Amino acid sequence: MTAPLLSVTDLAVEFARGGRWFPAVDRVSFEVERGEALAVAGESGCGKSLLARALIGLPPDSARVSGQVAWEGREINGLPDEDWERLRGGRIGMLFQEPGAALDPVRTVGDQIGEAIRLHARVSPAEARRRAIERLREVSLPDPESAVDEYPHRLSGGQKQRVGLAVALAADPAVLIADEPTTALDSTIAAQVLDLLARLRRSRGLTLVLISHDLGLVARESDRALVLYAGRIVEEGSTSEIFRAPRHPYTRGLLACQPRLTAGSGGIRHGRFAAIAGMVPDLFERPDGGCAFAPRCPDRFEPCDRSQPPLFADGGIGVRCFLYDGRTADRGRRAS
Amino acid sequence: MSSAEPLFEARDLVKLYEVRRGVFGASAGKVRAVDGVSLAVARGETLGLVGESGSGKSTTGRLILRLEKPTAGQMRFDGEDWSALSGGRLRAKRRDIQMVFQDPQSSLHPLLKVGDQVAEPLRVQRITRGRAVAERVAALLADVGLSPAAADRYPAELSGGQRQRVAIARALATGPKLLVCDEPVSALDVSVAGQILNLLADLRERRGMAAVFIAHDLAVVARVADRIAVFYCGRIVEEGPAADVVARPLHPYTVALLAAATASSSSGSPRGLVLAGEPPSRVAPPSGCAFHPRCPIARPRCAVDTPPLEERPGGHAAACFYAGELRPVAAGGPPV
Repeated sequence: MTAPLLSVTDLAVEFARGGRWFPAVDRVSFEVERGEALAVAGESGCGKSLLARALIGLPPDSARVSGQVAWEGREINGLPDEDWERLRGGRIGMLFQEPGAALDPVRTVGDQIGEAIRLHARVSPAEARRRAIERLREVSLPDPESAVDEYPHRLSGGQKQRVGLAVALAADPAVLIADEPTTALDSTIAAQVLDLLARLRRSRGLTLVLISHDLGLVARESDRALVLYAGRIVEEGSTSEIFRAPRHPYTRGLLACQPRLTAGSGGIRHGRFAAIAGMVPDLFERPDGGCAFAPRCPDRFEPCDRSQPPLFADGGIGVRCFLYDGRTADRGRRAS
Repeated sequence: MSSAEPLFEARDLVKLYEVRRGVFGASAGKVRAVDGVSLAVARGETLGLVGESGSGKSTTGRLILRLEKPTAGQMRFDGEDWSALSGGRLRAKRRDIQMVFQDPQSSLHPLLKVGDQVAEPLRVQRITRGRAVAERVAALLADVGLSPAAADRYPAELSGGQRQRVAIARALATGPKLLVCDEPVSALDVSVAGQILNLLADLRERRGMAAVFIAHDLAVVARVADRIAVFYCGRIVEEGPAADVVARPLHPYTVALLAAATASSSSGSPRGLVLAGEPPSRVAPPSGCAFHPRCPIARPRCAVDTPPLEERPGGHAAACFYAGELRPVAAGGPPV
């Protein structure tokens, strides 16, 4: 049996204040199989981007990281820098929210893709250039032969995101980690980039780890999803099942909040917007002992303030909520 | 003044920006940021302006607020020639037209307490003086769902949603008749955005206030606005009652925007219509209809003639020679 492509066990990313450590990512465990698309969903401050940075060995300097992250069975803690370099970019590609965040403004597009290619393959500069043009064609950048000599500032946001993708794919990685890949783009351009991502997943058999706050995106682009709240996984399982029947009160609330165009005459006008009362607690002011979502939860009952719920199993879905604990559930108000 | 006269009316607004090469360079051309926009807002009505970045919707908002001078065109507001007002008359009239921007972080002064910021317009407009100011500030904070204690906090001590509430309280201080909101929730998490949208709806209803609501998210605008104007490349390409525009879009661009919005709000649905290309250069826009290079139903005529915004029965207008020809694609259910 081969090891999963990515295996994460009890991963924590903590920050210190007043001599105490506070977990922004709190004992997160999951696996990613080859070829699947896993989404990490949650609002700002839930820890999803920190999780992504920890996965590629680039946590903030002030953070303390614990737990295990293994890529293809290889534990990355204590990996020498040069091995990390080879893994990152070689086996793992990264795509960021800000188009062009990973691009150097003073070097041409071709130089940057070529460099990424030559880091991982022994080829001549001419061959690297030829491959760079090939990558640009693969990401559907118009006129790749001349675009290869352009500087990033000459490109539009959508074009920069395509070039970012070409750089991420330069060394033929097995997995692409995409952190809010379309959030900064206009909707018609975002639709193009998503189309392209779906095409690349099929043509390359690429594994995708998609980090996003946008549940619509998660619903369409992933096979499995983790919903994060205050650093912890609160719900996990098959994406279609989570969207068919969300379990956790937070997931249910979040889904209800999605602005949607609904059919019906006049039904779209002046409806109330769904919202979740209160706000995501600050990292240093999270409730002690109980469920972090309890203060905002419409279904809160006695056990919620006493201890942190573990993940309960419910029809193939993992859900961190006492409503799904066989011993206490009858006392809580569970959605039917 | 006849009661049929709209609260606000703009006719043929144009805003040109000079583009220069280098710091002292010669003019490289003019960007037509707003290119002949006419619109009207009735008392108590909410007009939604929707479009992608660079479409001219925000510049139109700034012209309405008279934060910038239009290159050409007329505006009437509340029975007066708004575009001609100047000096003391303009300053006095400004109390009737206020704004809420996207990022409360940058529209609030970081070093002033919340109470002082809400009080400022009261003092500037000489609405309230002395002891009455504190009472009025507390009442305004209560109107937006904040406790009186918030007056002593600094913006940095508040969450994004709370800061937007402060910005709204500040805008309401002078009792405006028209509120211009530019992307008021796009910087907020979705679970908090609903709270702010509901608050804005309540305030409009309670105060009988009219609003211009500018946003890129059609799903949000459709729920908030009575009428919608769709912007592309500095022009209004479609305008009409919100329910009509969403249920029976006439312009192919609106159909594409709807497809993107529908796709992002439903799970497991196929990606509908994906537009090719990107919005054109604003310095040298295409001939004829600016949308024709991306339009799935463009014909030779579209590259030559510019379609006027033509009104159809029911107050629904579109600027397209083949309006209504492209139908929305069913995406995971009946067409919206």
